[in-house]
Amino acid sequence: MSTPLIEVRNVGKTYGNVIALRDVSTEVRAGEVTCVLGDNGAGKSTLIKIFAGVHQHDRGEFLFEGKPVKFNSPREALDMGIATVYQDLAVVPLMSVWRNFFLGAEPRKYGFVLDRRKAQQTTKRALAEMGIDLRDVEQPVGTLSGGERQCVAIARAVHFGAKVLILDEPTAALGVKQTGVVLRFVAQARDRGLGVVLITHNPHHAYPVGDRFLLLKRGAPLGNYTKSEITLAELTQQMAGGAELEALEHELRGVKAS
Amino acid sequence: MSVTTSTSGSGQEADKGTVRSSTQDERLAQVGLAQRLIVRPEIGAALGALVVFVFFSVITEQFLTLGGVATWLDDASTLGIMAIAVALLMIGGEFDLSAGVMTASTALVTALLATQAGLNVWLALLVSLIFALGVGAFNGWLVMRTGLPSFIVTLGTFLALQGLNLGVTRLATGTVQVSGMRATEGYESAGLFFASTIDIFGQPFRISVVWWILLTALAAFVLVRTRFGNWIFAVGGAPTSARAVGVPLVRTKILLFMTTAFAGWLVGSINILRFASVQANQGIGLELQFIIAAVVGGCLLTGGFGSAVGAAIGALIFGMARQGIIYAQWDSDWFMLFLGVLLLAAVLVNNSLRRRAERVRR
Repeated sequence: MSTPLIEVRNVGKTYGNVIALRDVSTEVRAGEVTCVLGDNGAGKSTLIKIFAGVHQHDRGEFLFEGKPVKFNSPREALDMGIATVYQDLAVVPLMSVWRNFFLGAEPRKYGFVLDRRKAQQTTKRALAEMGIDLRDVEQPVGTLSGGERQCVAIARAVHFGAKVLILDEPTAALGVKQTGVVLRFVAQARDRGLGVVLITHNPHHAYPVGDRFLLLKRGAPLGNYTKSEITLAELTQQMAGGAELEALEHELRGVKAS
Repeated sequence: MSVTTSTSGSGQEADKGTVRSSTQDERLAQVGLAQRLIVRPEIGAALGALVVFVFFSVITEQFLTLGGVATWLDDASTLGIMAIAVALLMIGGEFDLSAGVMTASTALVTALLATQAGLNVWLALLVSLIFALGVGAFNGWLVMRTGLPSFIVTLGTFLALQGLNLGVTRLATGTVQVSGMRATEGYESAGLFFASTIDIFGQPFRISVVWWILLTALAAFVLVRTRFGNWIFAVGGAPTSARAVGVPLVRTKILLFMTTAFAGWLVGSINILRFASVQANQGIGLELQFIIAAVVGGCLLTGGFGSAVGAAIGALIFGMARQGIIYAQWDSDWFMLFLGVLLLAAVLVNNSLRRRAERVRR
């Protein structure tokens, strides 16, 4: 098997005397989706912030393409090809789709004049390639639906040559249909050979697209499975904490009966 | 199972919203042209300008004569130069309350250096330009460094400059005005640039009108056609997002503050070379007029949206109304009423425009 794009071995992170993450091991391979699942406060954000260069791990090993790395800034991670799409998406709602797509990396003529035609055509093509057909890339991003905005942010990362794409809760605020659009987009990115890290707290969103599942609870790994090792039901069971869920089910049944 | 039930429940609700909005999307696409026109930030101002123009052309005789046009264009020009720069800054998400008093400060620096220190006017102009850019950079640096609202920071520089203007002028001349520019070296040649007139159909037009038009074109070009313009919209619309994708937030905003300071220097220079004297308390209160002109031209008070051409049109409405009221021989008090109504109308229109553009659909 080839070298994974990202491999972490027993990484940990402490903030002062708070252990935010400990002994987490997993890998991200090209053309695969690694899902990171867990409740609020499980350490998902800490893990991806280490990947994205926002924070540095203080224990364990972090290998990028087989070489140990420690990113000092998000810029460094980005330069290595690790792009992160955060929940707030880093889009400017009042600006048009193509202006957002190229923000910070505008194509230029004569050094300072925007190459509008090129930017508009590239945006349209890049979105079309990923299966999003926008009639007008001149419309403000604010007029797009949440799912479409998510897709624009992902397409931007793919277009600018990301090898690893980190998606922070991309389906959190979306309806069923929009979630489907985004998950299809995630699969697209995977099929183009990117390593995708998908953070979510919903196993039903993770299971269809995921190849590998890392479960976190209170900063520690609860399990690390490949798809063949676990079923959706088991995944859901594990996430909800098995016995706790059964107790809850009993309780709710009681409520219904009374 | 309770977890999944609750998620899919809220999902269905959101899904209904999606279906509705996607049908709306088809409709929007069909009325594309009209929609695009309405969303232009300067369209309201352009209609307003047309109404004011027609109104005063009909009810007064002098308004539409060459002399009348030259007068209101002149009135609009210096206000317009400032309004454009203030509009860029507002699109970038900041205010500059020191912009009005800056027109007096720069004129005073130039005049004091030329008349009291005996400097060549060109050299005095250069020094006051450096002074202006320095104050602009300081405004920007302080706003970015402290994270305080620019409204407060520039209110501070506004008051400080106002005090300096009066204090230094009184110290240097014993009065509250500096005059005697006509006798200074380089006054004539500098005047050619900043305060001469150009004859069109035998009617002299002020050169400040030319500056105004040139700067409007330049600002409009920078705003929509350059990378820096893209950054201006971004830092005003969503500063954290802009920074996240690599836009140099601090540099962009400091440059915008320096742009308004530059405009203040240009207007100050036009004034001092034209009138040959300057009052130390000049310029106070103008900063609000600049902001009003920019808002009338379609700039949002919250930043991220607006137009340089719109701000220029906003200034034009100002000039036309101010002179039109004089031609109509009304009391000039009415101008303030007009201003208030205009501002409220503009803010209401802008607000609905923004909601249209920013509408969040899931």
